[in-house]
Amino acid sequence: MKRHQIDCRRLLCPMPVIKVQNAIEDLPAGTLVEAICTDPGALNDIPAWSRINGHRLVETRTDDGEYIVVVEVVDE
Amino acid sequence: MSEQRKAVALISGGLDSLLAARVIQDQGVHVEGINFFTGFCVEGHTHAIRKRDQNKQKRNNALWVAEQLGIKLHIEDIVDEYKQVLTNPKHGYGANLNPCLDCKVFMVRKAHEWIERKGFDFIITGEVIGQRPMSQRKETMPIVADESGASDLLLRPLCAKNLPETLPEREGWVDRQQLFDFSGRSRKPQMALAASLGFEDYAQPAGGCCFLTDEQYAVKLKDLWQARGSRDYEMDDIMLLKVGRHLRPSKAYKVIIAREEGEANFLQGYRKGFPHIKTVSHGGPLALIDGEVTDQDVQLIGRLVARYSQGRNADEVVLTYTDLAGETRELRVDPMKPHEIPKDWLI
Repeated sequence: MKRHQIDCRRLLCPMPVIKVQNAIEDLPAGTLVEAICTDPGALNDIPAWSRINGHRLVETRTDDGEYIVVVEVVDE
Repeated sequence: MSEQRKAVALISGGLDSLLAARVIQDQGVHVEGINFFTGFCVEGHTHAIRKRDQNKQKRNNALWVAEQLGIKLHIEDIVDEYKQVLTNPKHGYGANLNPCLDCKVFMVRKAHEWIERKGFDFIITGEVIGQRPMSQRKETMPIVADESGASDLLLRPLCAKNLPETLPEREGWVDRQQLFDFSGRSRKPQMALAASLGFEDYAQPAGGCCFLTDEQYAVKLKDLWQARGSRDYEMDDIMLLKVGRHLRPSKAYKVIIAREEGEANFLQGYRKGFPHIKTVSHGGPLALIDGEVTDQDVQLIGRLVARYSQGRNADEVVLTYTDLAGETRELRVDPMKPHEIPKDWLI
């Protein structure tokens, strides 16, 4: 399964969501998108965006002050 | 069976856009949401920065509204394009630096471009005649429709009965009789409609969602433009205006001093882009310097920063100054006394 990493450090919401959204537009179904964020708001916002737009939240975790959200791209 | 029509709703996260979208959904139209990020949106940022706010709910209201409605939400980054709207508004500013009418025209224009690209049929907004003193008046409704290029593809379900028929109404895509005739500043009709549709929890009525309507923020932005001699800004500038205490001892530079731990952590991320001062001998804030400074200025800024440290009453405070090249040197200063800080330094 392909993994696509997005650096969202220092970005405040909703910019991490926008970066994930724009990346997913060009990625095939099944790709895992991993957003590395420093705004804890991303832990709520990226999963919410994924739910309403039909993508699958795989994981959220906190790692040494960074917030990591992994989403699987799902075809419409 | 007739083709299902598709509309995009401008979703701010407030009650009006929530209701407008639901009213059209209930008429069998496929609705998706669009939300614009200008860089000046209040939501989330200050909560993310200030430690005392970190336990507050970090809900993004536009996403939350979309989830309540069961619709997709497209968030558009318009930070760069928005500069032209803010720095040169055709219709001028409101009470502060809020170019509300130009902003609405711009957003509807972007939504119009979006529906043309995506093959949608029309646009919905939650506008109500008389709701806002600048952008939502009877005279401004046609301005928004005309100047955005959306024309009669722009439907305002909450006050449609007070306005000429739009294409979706004329074509029977929506039933005008089931739309509303709200007007004025009262929120009661919206609250009653929300209750009848089963919405109990929603963001407090609009107005406080944009930093440009905030007097203090507007003063800081004007100061930035004045000091630079041009009405330009970068994303980092407008973020930093939301953080810390801003003091301008000289036209050549200003000092941004963190007020608490959360702000200090946030400012840490900007250290490489700015000369900065840290307190070493006592607990104290991180301060960024925006502009060009001489050695004499650095000494003065050191005294100023020491004033905001826990060593404010000490004879001497030790700090470090790091310049843009990353060179660090020690400063030993006597903290400024309150009377040495002119009131007009504080922006």
